[in-house]
Amino acid sequence: MTLKKSAHGRYWPWPPGPGVLAGLGATGLVIAGVAGAFAYTGGLLSPGALTQTRIIDRFQAINGVHPGFRRNHAKGVCVTGTFASNGLGARLSRAAVFAPGSVPVIGRFAVGIGKPFLPDNGTEVRSLALSFRPAGGEEWRTGMNDIPVFPVKDAEGFYALMAASAADPGTGKPDPARMKDFLAAHPETARALALIRARPFSTGFANASYNGLDAFRFVDAAGRSTPVRWSMVALDPFVAQTPPPAGARDPNYLFDDLVARLDAGPLRYRFVVTVGQPGDPTGDATLPWPAGRQQVDAGTLTLDHVEAEGPGNCRDINYDPLVLPDGIAASDDPLLSARSAAYSVSFTRRAGEPKTPSEVQPPPARPAAADLPKTGGEP
Amino acid sequence: MNGPRFPVLSRLLHWLMALMILAMLFIGIGMVSSLGDYHWLLSIHRPLGIAILVLVAVRLANRQINPPPPLPADMPAPLRVAAHASHIVLYGLMFAVPLVGWAMLSAARAPIVLYGTLELPPILPQDVMVYAWLREAHTVLALALFAVFLLHLAAALLHALVFRDGVWGSMASPRGGRGTA
Repeated sequence: MTLKKSAHGRYWPWPPGPGVLAGLGATGLVIAGVAGAFAYTGGLLSPGALTQTRIIDRFQAINGVHPGFRRNHAKGVCVTGTFASNGLGARLSRAAVFAPGSVPVIGRFAVGIGKPFLPDNGTEVRSLALSFRPAGGEEWRTGMNDIPVFPVKDAEGFYALMAASAADPGTGKPDPARMKDFLAAHPETARALALIRARPFSTGFANASYNGLDAFRFVDAAGRSTPVRWSMVALDPFVAQTPPPAGARDPNYLFDDLVARLDAGPLRYRFVVTVGQPGDPTGDATLPWPAGRQQVDAGTLTLDHVEAEGPGNCRDINYDPLVLPDGIAASDDPLLSARSAAYSVSFTRRAGEPKTPSEVQPPPARPAAADLPKTGGEP
Repeated sequence: MNGPRFPVLSRLLHWLMALMILAMLFIGIGMVSSLGDYHWLLSIHRPLGIAILVLVAVRLANRQINPPPPLPADMPAPLRVAAHASHIVLYGLMFAVPLVGWAMLSAARAPIVLYGTLELPPILPQDVMVYAWLREAHTVLALALFAVFLLHLAAALLHALVFRDGVWGSMASPRGGRGTA
């Protein structure tokens, strides 16, 4: 039988000679190499590595899945107001928000736990998240807590602490032996928790002060970079919550008190920038900076309106700490990129889920006296 | 060998975009599975994606002005159909992936910062459900783009190493001009 060249010629090289086989083999190798590198980059070949997906999965394993809610700081309420910059911050940062003047702010008070229907006295950490919105863009978002330092220095520590402090399914309480093991392996957390516990919590949201915890860098108009940490310091006098409230209190007492306080008048906070010195740790949020660092009071936050989470308000904002304007930049703190990554997973999951009304439902705002109908009287 | 070649501008655009898109696909898959590198990868991802969107528009216009050389006359019909169809899909995805990325950030009402104070305006109103849908579409379309890219690369290598029909040289030749048909 004689071999006849195929009608397709060079496009159907049959039977394949050594050159064709080598070409097919080389093509296969290149494709397998590129596909393998892609899989490696996507983490498919390292299933043990800690990723943003695994962090949020652990939140869900511990707290359950509550569709439509944040995976952490799940119980909260929206507030709005303005930030009035006095211009002093502009010496450190060229961000639009620090130019003299006023910018609108959309904020959110919350308690630091992943269960949206938990009574307030089952929580410790309170948080204030803010989105500053100058007219020309350059939005700035920050999430702050009323603790002096963060309990862990990196995502791996956070992930392990979540497991160590989770309630044991048998007893309903955290297993002290696991926490002891964790603290032995993480002395920085033991030191940070001592600092956190040394200071009493405030009686409510209104008289708490909120700290950014992570270090950032302010960049001025000349390009000079300064390490900073920041805080929102309440003008309402601090009142210590001692002893912690017993279980009999109203389950939403923190939020009810906040609404009542806002009924009496706007809440005000001083925005205080602490200026780091060379050698101050910027890459470890468990370490406080030495006392006596220069502090710059850059303006006043005024919050005058509270409303339940709903479409288009604070509910739909991802308070990603790395949504930063030009003039504020990330430090070398590894928590920042990890928070940004994990918040994105939490936001994406809850965005696509059906929404349940929040446990926190402030009564609709009463119109100010000037806005009342001239004819008077309730309808 | 002086077979028909793509015009120089077309070759330049092709190889520039090949590099950018391959880098973009690796940045994309890398950042969604990395805690430490997430932020700096994302800060490259957005401006690079918009640059690809601009360049693919330039490239489509260039393709109308400077059409590609004809495929070899003896190329069988099924291969021709596959070549044309895969290029339509490639162009479609090169437009769709960055546009969906821009749209999803718009629906999330996230600032779309390219560099410094340079921001893009939103192209959709805020709607988190739409964001979630587009976010999923962004991943699916990007993975489809990677799959079509692999097919394209495999076909190019087959033209170069097995068919040896001048198609590889028409895009890979470093020489000027369009060659002779």
